[in-house]
This record gives sequence, C-alpha cells and structure tokens, in this order.
Amino acid sequence: KIELDRLLIKGGRIVNDDQSFHADIYMEDGLIKQIGDNLIVPGGVKTIEANGKMVIPGGIDIHTHFQMPYRGTTTVDDFAQGSKAALAGGTTMIVDHVIPEPGTSLMEAYDQWRQWADEKACCDYSLHVDITHWNDSVKQEVDSLIKDKGVNSFQVYMAYKDYYQLSNSQLYEIFTFLAEKGGIVQVHAENGEIIAEEQARMLQMGITGPEGHVLSRPEELEAEAVFRAVTIASQTNCPLYVTRVMSKSAADIISQARKKGNVVFGEPITASLGTDGTHYWSKNWAKAAAFVTSPPLSPDPTTPDYLNTLLASGDLSVTGSAHCTFSVAQKAIGKDDFTQIPEGVNGVEERMALIWDKAVTTGKMDENMFVAITSTNAAKILNLYPRKGRIAVGSDADLIIWDTDSVRTITAKTHNSAAEYNIFEGMELRGAPLVVICQGKIVLEDGKLQVTSGAGRFIPCSPFPDFAYKRVKARKQLAVLRAVPRGMYDGPVSEFSMSRGGTPSASARTSPTKQPVRNLHQSGFSLTGPPTPDEVPIRPAGRRIVVPPGGRSNITSLS
Amino acid sequence: MSTAGAFFQSVSSDSPPRPRQKFCGVFCPVEGSADGKTLDLDALSACRGGGRVIDRQTDISQRRKVEIRESTGKEALQNLDDKRSDRLLIKGAKIVNDDQSFCADVYMEDGVIKQIGENLIVPGGVKTIDAHGRMLMPGGIDVHTRFQMPDRGMTAADDFYQGTKAALAGGTTMILDHVLPEPGVSLLSAFEQWREWADSKACCDYSLHIDITEWHKGIQEEMETLVKDHGVNSFLVYLAYKDIFQLTDAQVYEVFSVIRDLGAIAQVHAENGDIVAEEQRRILEQGITGPEGHVLSHPEEVEAEAVNRSVTVANQTNCPLYVTKVMSKSAADVIAQARKKGTVVYGEPITASLGTDGSHYWSKNWAKAAAYVTSPPLSPDPTTPDYLNSLLSCGDLQVTGSAHCPFNTAQRAVGKDDFTLIPEGVNGTEERMSIIWDKCVVTGKMDENQFVAVTSTNAAKIFNLYPRKGRIAVGSDADLVLWDPDVTKIISAKSHNSTVEYNIFEGTEVRGGPLVVISQGKIILEEGNLHVTEGSGRFVARKPFPDYVYKRIKARSRLAELRGVPRGLYDGPVCEVSVTPKTMTPVSSAKTSPAKQPSQPVRNLHQSGFSLSGAQVDDNIPRRNTQRIVAPPGGRANITSLG
Repeated sequence: KIELDRLLIKGGRIVNDDQSFHADIYMEDGLIKQIGDNLIVPGGVKTIEANGKMVIPGGIDIHTHFQMPYRGTTTVDDFAQGSKAALAGGTTMIVDHVIPEPGTSLMEAYDQWRQWADEKACCDYSLHVDITHWNDSVKQEVDSLIKDKGVNSFQVYMAYKDYYQLSNSQLYEIFTFLAEKGGIVQVHAENGEIIAEEQARMLQMGITGPEGHVLSRPEELEAEAVFRAVTIASQTNCPLYVTRVMSKSAADIISQARKKGNVVFGEPITASLGTDGTHYWSKNWAKAAAFVTSPPLSPDPTTPDYLNTLLASGDLSVTGSAHCTFSVAQKAIGKDDFTQIPEGVNGVEERMALIWDKAVTTGKMDENMFVAITSTNAAKILNLYPRKGRIAVGSDADLIIWDTDSVRTITAKTHNSAAEYNIFEGMELRGAPLVVICQGKIVLEDGKLQVTSGAGRFIPCSPFPDFAYKRVKARKQLAVLRAVPRGMYDGPVSEFSMSRGGTPSASARTSPTKQPVRNLHQSGFSLTGPPTPDEVPIRPAGRRIVVPPGGRSNITSLS
Repeated sequence: MSTAGAFFQSVSSDSPPRPRQKFCGVFCPVEGSADGKTLDLDALSACRGGGRVIDRQTDISQRRKVEIRESTGKEALQNLDDKRSDRLLIKGAKIVNDDQSFCADVYMEDGVIKQIGENLIVPGGVKTIDAHGRMLMPGGIDVHTRFQMPDRGMTAADDFYQGTKAALAGGTTMILDHVLPEPGVSLLSAFEQWREWADSKACCDYSLHIDITEWHKGIQEEMETLVKDHGVNSFLVYLAYKDIFQLTDAQVYEVFSVIRDLGAIAQVHAENGDIVAEEQRRILEQGITGPEGHVLSHPEEVEAEAVNRSVTVANQTNCPLYVTKVMSKSAADVIAQARKKGTVVYGEPITASLGTDGSHYWSKNWAKAAAYVTSPPLSPDPTTPDYLNSLLSCGDLQVTGSAHCPFNTAQRAVGKDDFTLIPEGVNGTEERMSIIWDKCVVTGKMDENQFVAVTSTNAAKIFNLYPRKGRIAVGSDADLVLWDPDVTKIISAKSHNSTVEYNIFEGTEVRGGPLVVISQGKIILEEGNLHVTEGSGRFVARKPFPDYVYKRIKARSRLAELRGVPRGLYDGPVCEVSVTPKTMTPVSSAKTSPAKQPSQPVRNLHQSGFSLSGAQVDDNIPRRNTQRIVAPPGGRANITSLG
C-alpha cells in the first residue's frame, strides 16, 4: 500500500510559471521529493512515462460554490460531485465560498462548510468566507477566522440589495479592518441599487424571461462597482480582488487601476472566458436560464476574446469557475420572474481546457503564463505558494500531465457535473489532462477517474500574502499624515446653529452640538498664565497657546 | 435677398477681416453653416429686414426729445434713470461669438440688440461707444453661484447685491444661483424665498437651479411644478454630505428618471459621501484638525469615483448629466472618457480649480488655509489648473462657473478646531473671465471664440437660454462685454468687490479684463466705474428640453425600447422554494431578504394545493397573480429539451 504513494514521472517537461525544463519527478507521501535527471529512487515505484509531454502544477480553481444552500434547496453539485468534476478537468484544488445567511454567525457557517467538505471533497480545498452583514461581532469572527481558522480572504457584496449588499461605509470599514489583519478583500462588484431599480422596470415592461436578467444588469453597472471598489481599496490601502470579471469595461477598469499602481487582482471565470450572453435570448427557456449568473455574461460576443487577451497580458491575474449549478427544476423557480432564477453556471471541469484552447493554442499566451493564471497566481494570493502552484521539491504532489493534442467536445451528456445543461455545450476544445495526480495519487489515467470521497484536506491560508502585501506594507509606512502646526486662531468666531446635527458618523457639518460656544467677551488672558483647564474644553490639550508676553502676533493677517 | 445675405456681402467686400471660421472644437461648423445663424433671426424667417428699419425710423421721429437730454451729462447718457432712452451704439467693434468673429457695429434699444452691421441707421444722439476694433463678446454667464446661501444660521458673506456686483465687475452679466432647501423644507417655498432675495437685490439677470436634498413623492410633484410653471430646468443632487443632503444610488436613479421625463438637466455634486465621512473620522482621530484635513479627507479619487457612478446612473436612465465643480484631473478624465463613449455629460470646472491649487491648505496661516475650503477640494496637485484648462480648450469640459460662496474669516472660524465644521465655499465670480482668459487664451490653449463658448454660449445652450443669452445677434439681450486683452491687473482682496477678507487668487496677475460691461442695455462698467442698480436683475425663466442636450436623448429613448423574448411557457418541473420572497421590499431585487421574513409559513409539500374550484391552500400568500400557468388542454409542449 505504501508503494502506491511512491510515484515517478519520467521524461516529462516540467512547466512552472517562470520556466520550462526537462526532468524526472519523484513523489512520496503526497510530496515532491526529488526533481532531476537519473534520480535514485527505491525499487518497486510506479513509473509513468511522460514521453516529453508537459507536466504542470495542478490547477487551482479559486472560486466555487459546491453544495451551496439556496432557499431550502442545494446546488446539484455537492463537494463530491464538484471536486470530481474538478479533478477530471485537471484542477487539484478548489477554494469554495462560505455564504452565511445575513444575521447568522460566520463561524457557524464556516464549521458547516468544513463539515460538508471534509466528508465529501475528493481534492484539497480552502475556503473564502463571505461577509453578508457587518457589525462588531462579525468583526471579531473575521479576526478569529484569520488567526485560528486558516481563512485569509473574505468576499463582500455590492449587489443583492436588502440582502447581502453592504453600504460604502461598511465596505470602507471592512477594507480597513482586513488591511490591518492581512486579509484579501474580494468583491462581488455590481451596483445593487440600480439593479433593483432596473429589475422593477423590466418586470413592469412585462419582460419576465432570462433576457431580463442581463437587461437589468448592464455591464456598466459592473464597471461602476469595480471602479468604486478600487477607490475604496486605494483609500484604505487594502489589496482588492474582484471576483467574476464578466465584461470588457470591468476588465478595463481593473487594468487601468493596475497601471495607476493599485493592488488589485481580477478573476475572469470559465463562463466569461468561454461563452457570451447571447444565449439569454434563446427561445428555449431552460437553456436561457442555465446561463443566468451575476454579473451576467456580456451579450457582446467579443468579450471572451478580450478577456483572454487581458489574461495573457497579465492585467487579469487568476481564473476561477464560479461553479454553482442548479438543475432545470431549480432554475424554474423563476420561470415567471427572472429575478427569482437561482444564479450560477458550471465551469470547474472545463476551465483548464478552455483556457488552453482560447489562449494558448491561439498564441495569446505561452504555457508558463497558462500555469501562472490557472494555478500559481492563485496560490500566491492565497499564501499557499510554493506548497501549491509550483513543481518544486517539497511542494505538494498535485500535478497533471497535459496533452496538448487531445480534442474533446464538451457536452452535458459526458460531463461530470450533475446539471442537465452545460453552457459550453458543443464546444470543441484542444488540450486536456492525460494524467492527474492529486496528493501523490493518480486520480485520472487512461480516461478513468478514480476519486475517493472525503480524501480532500482543508488547506489553511495564512494572512499577509507577500504577493499582495509587500507593496501594501511599504505604502503604509509612507502614508502617514501629519497636521500642520499652526498658531491658534484667535480672531472672532461666528455664531452658528447646529440644526443639522444628530448623525452618528463624523460627517461634514455635523456633530459637536454639545460643544459650548466660546465666549468672545471673556478674555483668555491672565497674568497667572494659562486659564484653568476646565474653562475651555474645546482645544486639544497639547496645543494651547498662551498670549506671549510681548503681545500677540496677529496670525490672521494676510501673508 | 435677405438682410443677412446682404450683410455678409458687405462684410466680405468692405472690411478686411473676413468673418472668422473655426474648424475645430466642439462646435465645429460645416463651412458656411454659420451664415444664417449669426444674424437677425427674425428677419431671416420673415425676410422683412427692410421694413423693420423703416418702422424704427418712425420710432425715432417720435422720440426726438431724448436727443436733447443726451447732452446734459454722462448720467443721462448712461440712461440710468430714464427707461425710454435705453439706446446705445457700439461702433467699430470686433464681435466675437462662439463660432466666428467679425467687425460690425451693434445698436441696442430697450435692453435688446436691434441691429448689427455697418453704417447702421440709428436715431441721432444715441450714446455711442467707439470700440476701436476691440473685442465685443456676449456677457459671461456664471452657471454656479451661491450668493446669500444659508449655512447653519450663517449666511454666505456675499448677498445677491454684493455678488452680482462682483460678477458684473468681472464681465459676467448673468448668474445661475443654487436654491438649497434644507431637508424637510418644500422646494417651492425655498424657491420663492430665493426669488424674493434675488428680486430685491440682484443687479443682473439671474436664473435658479434647485438642489434636491431629499427624495419622496412630494418632491417629484414639486419638481414638475417648478419645471412647468416656474422656469426651472436644472436640479442638483448630492452624492456627498452623508446624512444631510446625500441621496442613495437608488434615489439618484429615480431622480434622474424624473428629470429625464421632465426634460431638465441633472446636476450632480460628485463625491462619495460615505468614504468622505469615514476619512474625516479617521483624520480627526489622528489629531489633524486644520484645513489640511479637509483635502486629506476628500481625496481626488473619491471625486472621480462619484463622477463615474453618476455617469453610470445617467447612462442607465438616459438622462443628461452635468457635473458641477470639476476639481481634479481624474474627475475630468472620467468625464472626457464618458463623452468619448457617447454619454451626454457636461463638466463644469470652476474659477478656483482653473486658477489655483490645493497646496494652500497647508498654509501656516489658518485663516488663509481655511479660505480655500470648498468641496470637492482644490487638488494639491499643482498641475491640475493647467490640465483642466487644456480640457476646457479641447471641449472635454464645456462650461465654467465660480461656485462663488465665500464666508468671512469669523464664519470660517466656526471650524477652527475641527475642519469638518468649516463652512465651504470660495470666491471666483469676479475673477472667472479674467482667469480663463489669462490661463487659456493668452497661453494659446484656446482662441477667443472658444473663450466665449466656455464662459457664456455653452451655458446658455445647456440651460436653454440660447440665443437670448450667450450670443451677439439681433434679438438677443443686450448683455455685452467690451474686452480688453491687454489690460493687466493684480487680484487682491483689497480691491475686489466681494466682502470677504481673503481672495484665493490673491496676488495673481491676470491679463485681460472687461473695459465696458453692458447689462440689460445699460452701461454698468465704464472707465473702471461701476454703476449698478440693486434689484434691477430679472429672473429669467428657462424652458425644459433644451435642444442642445435633449436632441440626442430623445433619439436614444426612441431606440431604447426593450422587448422580451416570446417563449412557450415553461412547463417542466419546478423546484419548491421554502420561503416566498418578494412581498415585503418595495423594490424587487434579486434574492431579497428571505432571512428577514422568517415568519412566513413553509408550504406543506404533502398536502396538494390543487382543487377543482381553482382555490389553493396558499392563496393567502401574495404573488404575481397574472402569470399563473395552466397545463394546456392538448397536452404539454416540451420546451425544456436541449436545442
């Protein structure tokens, strides 16, 4: 049994994100032990002849929603089904989103997800936690999730008004807090307020089908929210991660922000890289509904190509799938009202092959960049590098032998997901995994998938990933603000009423209602020195100015 | 042959400087297209130019008496007291409009331009100004002032008298002031209040913008009344001033929809108030209480973000957008980009952002630093004014205001220990024209026609005052400025017409200034002497749906009809949902708040809801009732197949 855990790959070309080279790989106990030529390995080891094929780090799907509860039902792919599909496509690690219902404890939801995943997942996993409401106790839970539970990324929603959506001030507080604790802020970027208005308008006009979904969520609203998130992140000096980049304009904003120096990462998903939103107008309701996700796929058919280009140029950094599948019957909850259609598309299985086909075979990117955006960058952001995302001695034995020549047609008939529809139905893709090794074990070989439900381990992520935080830390040191030391203003002060007060936050023109108005007739000057402290509590203590003995200098004069 | 045609012939043959054509910029005319527009609009339509001159001559014979009075003295010549003798002739001027410049004489009567051309037949003895070839332009329109603005029991230092006097001294003959109703106060009563203040004090024509400081149904009705009966066609919303004036995105969306339906202009004060509030708190916590905290808590990104957001909402609602107070490069860039994409958006830099920068917030002199406090703040980036002037010249920004709202030092000192309490506003109505001339025309960024466009014509077009204002043409109001490009002046609080102690442009030397200012056909400024009459300003009503703005909007709203896809009814299985959502929230957003309605009954799956009478167990649960699906009698068509 022990020997099963020993594996040698001979004659492969190792592809990391920085370089490719020929070498053999020896793995033991789920770890890569040796890399090089003519390795000295124990006898009786299972050997795989790679014959010059590429050996790449297993994919990391940084965004999945397996087994997600939704109004009493659950997505059809649970952790077993979902991670099986992932492995079939060459993805050896997934990062799932924990979505606590607003008002419930983050910690409980986290434990729930851990339980589900530990039981069923076939590959290693990590968790993002979504912040769906914000108060002090949530803040403490976030703190302990970072410190004790191995979570370093939290998602906030700018959409789903009255449900998940947080206000700008809340976002500001969350961003500030996470920047301090070393977390990554992920945003679901769409302007929920305007969407709500547009949805009401669409329904009023009698548009109830899935096309209403995309019509009520125009791509501008996504771009707007990305812009706003970038603004808040740069204000709070917090690294930002935009989940689900679905449109050209949103991607443009991310690349502009990166040019200006913001620490922001963009995550296009399989769906936005592989297909477009024209299907929302399909006459087949069930097919149209299968494409419903938020932000929606852009109806602009040039979008996938554009996003692939930005991915190749490095403006977008990582890829996920946002795999969150519902059956047709579940989608049909919204058959008379598109706002009720549960949202989510498939893509965890297709992700690697699709990007290879769209980006590498077309010459947009090379194989190293392919590794970077399917695996390495994700590992770096999650602070799992070099354990994951790299073929190196000491790294986890998660790797795949990639066949660049194989051609497959995607169809719901053969895919590993439980959903009836595949949004990439009929698409022919070049490139596929030949062998998939997960935790040092062969899970895919000769087209046969051998997975063990529950074999997946939770991989804790530590805060302050260098990839995101090196720059942020340096900036923090620089960005100390200083007040101008001035003489006290000693001229007349106008009387003013505070009719507009009564707000909790210190916004302009508010608050200090309780401050006594200074009595101008009473001189603060006395021969005995400064007036007694209880007399005028307005000024900060350290900055009191006494009238100098030589007479006062007039600081209100023109100068 | 119309009068206009005849005039052009004479211009081209007699006077060496041909009418000047502009071939670039926003108002790029097709060659020759300006011919018909420049001149007598009435005469063009009716071809009765000749007849009019004769009519006028009969007028003259009746009013011969006036000439005798002429000689009594300058006051009489200026017609300060005699309304019947509002006659003025400007000879030998180079008339500068936004599309071309040409030499001609201008004759005005009763506050209206009556004739333009050479060798005009005018009554004898009219007061004549010999321009000696100097530029005569339409008087400036300051699109953004806040005279006499109440703020927490204080009032802005310049009231309508002081303010309009300062405006006139700088060559501005019309102002558009903002009515700022306190939240909870009716728009109409605030409007009446402002009318009362302005009517009793203003020295030049004025019009009013209304600020929307809260949002509910009543406001919508008031807006309708204001547009229909009170000559208001622009409304300002605030994205800043959290918990006071700020509206949410959803409210802004609704306001914009209403504004579009009314044919008005949506103005926006663009700053993200939520972030500003957070930053203010943070900066106060750090012990920064001086005016530098103001600019630190209003970083320029926050302005750009809000501009971007309002552009998005405006696009969504197909509503024309007007961004007031463009103070930073990045905000201006967002506007320029949006225009490239085709959004109907206008940007208004103000005198302060065009003429100075935010480095003064760090001045050691508290009173001086506080004088610069305005929102959005002046950008600390010293290259900002130059950049904004460039965008103004290339047409990416269109109009200029002053946002004139100065407070005196004692009023500012309310915030001496807390920058968030400093009343906001800077001066600039008097300096506006000269600053722009000095920064843009003298440096060669723009020509004099573009100068007229950005200081006057564009404003008139956007707010539907054109061609009554913003153009020198027959029939237009006699609001003119004789401009001297050579005069040099040093701006100082000692000599300015505002009442405040500080001038934020203190010490700036500007070239170019008004030599003569004519408002309502009367000479207001001459040889440095200002003769203003308190209360002579008229309220100018504006009609909705300005062509300049709404032509495109109208075409787009015709195109933008959305249609649903006609499909067979979905008749496959439908998953049961544990909670019936969508009953409580006023606006139907996706996935709304099932968590907030835990009391809703869970449907009993074991009990069939079907009965022959059509009644169902869950009939008590409200739902969209028009769309229930029955299985068709002929059997169900399967629409769920792949295909």
